[in-house]
Amino acid sequence: MSEIIPQVLASKIKLPSLDKNVFELRALKDTFLTVLVWALAILASVPLFSVIYMLIVEGGSRLDLEALTAIPPAGFEMGGGFGNAIIGTLVMVGIASAISIPFGLMAAIHLAILDPNSKIATISRFLAKVLTGFPSILAGVFVYAVIVITTGTYSAWAGGVALAVLMLPTVTLAAEEAMKQVPQRMKDAAFGMGCTRTQVIMKVVLPTGLPGILTGVILAVAGAAGESAPLLFTALFSNYYMAELAEPTASLSILIYNFSGMPFDNQIELAWTASLVLVMLVLLFNILARIVGRSKFND
Amino acid sequence: MVYDPFKEASSDRTLSAPPSANDYVKDTVFRSFAYFCALSIILLVAYIIFELGSQALPAMQAHGLGFVTGTTWDTNKGQFGVLPEIWGTIYSSLLALIIGGTLGVAIAIFLTQSFVHARLEVTFRTIIELLAAIPSVVYGLWGIYVLIPLIRPGAQWLHEVFGWFPLFSTELSGPGLAPASLVLAIMILPTVAALSADAFRRIPYKMKEAAYGMGATKWEVILKVMLPTASSGILAGLVLGFGRALGETMALAMLIGNVNEISISLFAPANTLASLLASTFPEAGEIEVQALMYAALVLLVITFVVNVAGLAVQQYTMRKFEGKK
Repeated sequence: MSEIIPQVLASKIKLPSLDKNVFELRALKDTFLTVLVWALAILASVPLFSVIYMLIVEGGSRLDLEALTAIPPAGFEMGGGFGNAIIGTLVMVGIASAISIPFGLMAAIHLAILDPNSKIATISRFLAKVLTGFPSILAGVFVYAVIVITTGTYSAWAGGVALAVLMLPTVTLAAEEAMKQVPQRMKDAAFGMGCTRTQVIMKVVLPTGLPGILTGVILAVAGAAGESAPLLFTALFSNYYMAELAEPTASLSILIYNFSGMPFDNQIELAWTASLVLVMLVLLFNILARIVGRSKFND
Repeated sequence: MVYDPFKEASSDRTLSAPPSANDYVKDTVFRSFAYFCALSIILLVAYIIFELGSQALPAMQAHGLGFVTGTTWDTNKGQFGVLPEIWGTIYSSLLALIIGGTLGVAIAIFLTQSFVHARLEVTFRTIIELLAAIPSVVYGLWGIYVLIPLIRPGAQWLHEVFGWFPLFSTELSGPGLAPASLVLAIMILPTVAALSADAFRRIPYKMKEAAYGMGATKWEVILKVMLPTASSGILAGLVLGFGRALGETMALAMLIGNVNEISISLFAPANTLASLLASTFPEAGEIEVQALMYAALVLLVITFVVNVAGLAVQQYTMRKFEGKK
């Protein structure tokens, strides 16, 4: 009796085939979309390879000691290089780091550990996020108004401060994120031993969170090295090696911008070579950040 | 041998001494400084707004709201209007958002829905992240010497065949909206992809399993379950990507042509607020600098609103998935 029921049911209900039919409409749609998303992913990676290929082909031929040390050529001059721009970029990124890293780290300490839920922390965190989406040229306009107008001259200082404005929120948010990854138990253990909050931070949180913090800091430095908009009218440009910090200063990115629009082949070639150097610098920082960031607390 | 905890605690090596008065002072100073630094971010933003506002004040008094609706920028006549720049900023960013947004979401799907082996996934993710690391000026240079020559024949053909269609109504003579928007799309793609991928990862795996259990195909799961669930996170990514596009400067200053005209055509040269600042500021006189400060303020307001909107959506999403944040 009980064995009859399934047979009866089977004769009344048409069981669907459970085999996959490749030519069924929904299977076809599935295949089509998979191919499409593959194509889009490959399409999106084309620009990176194209940029790198062009940099090597166009810029590689001029990458020699002269290009790395000589000063920029004028007009119809042949040869030349961008040694002063490399120095300028490094100096201004150095100034920016010296300002933004201590401030950013301390702000992150407040946001992550000392008082994460206070009003100040909430507003400050939110504004830091807003600042990361802040157009970089506005940092230039702001520093122009505050420093260039006041001191009466374009300078490496102004350029460095403009870059610092852009680095500060990046450093803060990355360091906060890294410090939050430090397990609560470790902090509790230190508190249990009678540490003050400062001791907990200096002896437990910072050393433990260091890989993550360094990753964030290095990425911020890399970003600053590639920035050009904030330097346009803070550091301006100079055709000579810098003698002091309070004078117009050359940078790689502004050199690329200036040379890219020139009608001279020599300058355009140098713009490509400078781009190659700049991208190598930035990618080097990125790779470094990746290596440093491989900590057990990051996934 | 009886274990003596006091002996251990009073040995020289122990860390468990009570903080000295000196430690307390250091602690207070350190925490005050941290507090000040957190506060300094707020002060910085306030100072930026105040400074730009006060610098723009003379121009605001001189031109009023006509500045936002005016279409000429002529230093000699003292006429300043940024409507073409506002139009160019929003139009180029929207175009970039359509292209970069589509690619970004597609890549987020590609990277999170197990299309490839985990190792290859990491490779692709690295490529996309490095795309964001390339400096803006380098994209500009690449755009001038690679992208413009590359798309010019296609643009020419579109103009010849579909010239009656407003989008293709002009020739691409060199720099213009199309190359600028394409480069902009590449630049915002990493932002959109990263934030959308986060949104996908936040969805509990159970939801996917439930859909698969009902016999859905991979793409039915993605389109009918994953995409709607991640929609608010993706929206946040799109809005923040749009914000990035609005403020992007160098690549645009090099590629968009810097012409103060309003045109619907994709191949017409145009201008944006940021590239107006970049190209005009270094040689501007006092009156023009004031007008440029006003333009900077307009840009600040636009990007501020867009970014706050994007962050609000993002925070809403986090609350939805994590209960409380």
